[in-house]
Amino acid sequence: MSVSNLLANWSQFRQAHPTEGDFHKEYKWAMAIDLDACTGCNACSVACYAENNIPVVGKDRYARGHAMHWMRVERYWDEDNRDMPDQGAQFLPMMCQQCEAAPCETVCPAGATNHTPDGLNSQIYNRCVGSRYCSANCPFKVRYFNWWDFPKEENVFADPLPLQLNPDVTVRTKGVMEKCTFCVQRLTVAKHNARNEGRLVQEGEVQTACQQSCPTNAISFGNMVDPESRVGKQWKAQQVDLAADKQVKDAGDESHEVGEHHSGTQLRGYRIFEELRAYPSVMYLERVRESAV
Amino acid sequence: MAKDIREDISWAQINSDVLKSLESPRPMYWVIIAIALAMFSLFVGGEIYQYRNGMWVSGQNNPHVWGLYIATFIFWIGMSHSGTLLSAILHLMHADWRKPIYRFAEAMTTFSLMTAGLFVMVHLGRLWQFYYSVPYPNERGLWPNFQSPLLWDAMAIFTYLSSSVIFLFIGMIPDLAICRDHLHPGWRKKLYTVLALGWEGTDRQWRNFRVTYLTVACYLIPLAVSVHSIVASDFAMSQQPGWHVTSFPPYFVAGALYSGCAAIITLFIILRYVFRFEEYMTLPILKKTARLTFAIAMVWTYLNAIEFASVWYSHDQASKDVLIQKATGPYAFAWWGMIICGSVVPLALAFKKVQTNIPMLFSVSLLLNMGMWLERWMIVSPTFSHGYYPWTWDHDQFPSFLQWGMVFGSFGWFTLLFMIFCKVFPSISMYEVKEMVYHRSLASKMGGKGGH
Repeated sequence: MSVSNLLANWSQFRQAHPTEGDFHKEYKWAMAIDLDACTGCNACSVACYAENNIPVVGKDRYARGHAMHWMRVERYWDEDNRDMPDQGAQFLPMMCQQCEAAPCETVCPAGATNHTPDGLNSQIYNRCVGSRYCSANCPFKVRYFNWWDFPKEENVFADPLPLQLNPDVTVRTKGVMEKCTFCVQRLTVAKHNARNEGRLVQEGEVQTACQQSCPTNAISFGNMVDPESRVGKQWKAQQVDLAADKQVKDAGDESHEVGEHHSGTQLRGYRIFEELRAYPSVMYLERVRESAV
Repeated sequence: MAKDIREDISWAQINSDVLKSLESPRPMYWVIIAIALAMFSLFVGGEIYQYRNGMWVSGQNNPHVWGLYIATFIFWIGMSHSGTLLSAILHLMHADWRKPIYRFAEAMTTFSLMTAGLFVMVHLGRLWQFYYSVPYPNERGLWPNFQSPLLWDAMAIFTYLSSSVIFLFIGMIPDLAICRDHLHPGWRKKLYTVLALGWEGTDRQWRNFRVTYLTVACYLIPLAVSVHSIVASDFAMSQQPGWHVTSFPPYFVAGALYSGCAAIITLFIILRYVFRFEEYMTLPILKKTARLTFAIAMVWTYLNAIEFASVWYSHDQASKDVLIQKATGPYAFAWWGMIICGSVVPLALAFKKVQTNIPMLFSVSLLLNMGMWLERWMIVSPTFSHGYYPWTWDHDQFPSFLQWGMVFGSFGWFTLLFMIFCKVFPSISMYEVKEMVYHRSLASKMGGKGGH
């Protein structure tokens, strides 16, 4: 604890860019979600609840906007006049995008949310004071605040739910922010196992809960540094670049409007809100069905 | 034009008039104290309830993670600015009409900053970990995030608060000595004896005093500007539509001076009545304050128009949508209320009859402050209900009773502190009023020359 310590840390912090140096040396966790394969079945969301000890808040609290769904499946419609309310819905699974230049990280006063060398946006529950600035500045609004003292609330983990709580994941107390971690507990175990054997984590060795439960294989997850990884190949095939704020798919498009890009190519890969330059680690593959815009 | 102050008023008279305010205010004083106490207990009760139950009782949710607490926090920070305007800026500009009223304005600065600080705490999800966001030395070498505007905020507010307390105290030293010399023995006499720092009114003391006072005044002005610019950075540094506006820092500073001036008029009228200060807080001074408020109101209106225009011409659709939503959506009543109270009502201050009409000024000043409070609410909330991400658009959010109660109660806390201050310390600067009377009597003897 000294001023020189502070200055050294500060200078290191100021000069490090998340895509350079020690970052992404061995691992860069990333995801690709094929919206054409997504059927909106919500299995990913359920798996996420089970894996990460997420409190099930119930109908009333959901209506109040207190739901904690780290992985949520959103529904959108092209047209308003349809015969049945759910007809023609398009689905978008949305979770923390693990941005490389995350808007949430810079604004946290306590430094509770940080970038890890393997490209995750981490959240330290013990360090969080609950200013909620990270959520205020998140363009995707994928951060969830513990408005209630959930572990102690009735019916959140009603019997026999406590028996299925995942011992590798803490339950969060009231007043802290939480969000999707890319199942960091699984990544850590896989990394430790690999390190003990003197190697890197192989493709297919680790899966996120949502990926594992997806019946149509719409979600792929893996290490982008590994040239053999499925996710790395997908990103490459779609010519999506982690450090670019406009992808080849939108090259001919001069629109500067947020979320208003229209492709002139056969490529399908895009990231949400590229224009905001948060550099998300999740690539979505556009729908190719006729009804798709 | 009527005189700011009578020139034949004797120095002993000034002492006795002001000292009387420490002893026997009108009964209205105790009524105000009682109401303020009741309001403050509401605040304390609300906070205890929220602390025990978690933040859900405030009615905030995802995506509305900030609400009235942050809006009211900005409001109180803003109100603190005019104390510095009157005491430091007008001091440097030799506007001597400020002399009878700057002391209470300076006190207003201090106490509204303390109220604002309260809202930061109330807003936090884990109040008991508040110190995590402050750069305190600890053995783990854990620092807060120096990139975060909230951290700048914490530093700016603590600096401004401590500096204004020092400034308030320094300016009061000669008056504290007068209190020490005139009051009966008791706890107050002991207090004044300690605080007066052995003031005897020697030439050397006066010379040092002047230099110190001027230095602190010069130091305080950039602080005052920076503190609200930094509060503006909480929004301008973020990425959200409606917040990411370059002109926010000057806009916030103008808004701050504006609401502060309006609050000065309100408190001016209350103090004038409660402590029988009609002789010192005169109508011509009130008139000057009203004109100052009018000028600042117009600056604020102009900056407001600039903000709307720049959003419109930027073709940033997301920001534009937020603006349209403010004017036509569920917040329209508050947004138009802000425009009417903030830009139309102050036009009344242009009329000379209003400038010296106490009931009119009182109601206008309250309306102006309501408008400025609405402005802060309109900065914070609409962005949450209509941000970038369509899935989170939720226009129905309305703050819960608890949030409204806490906002209401905070006025009790402020009034309580302020009224207790005015009863314990001289709320009119005796020595400066004497100077003012002396200079003006000199000037009138010299036939109107040489005075200010």
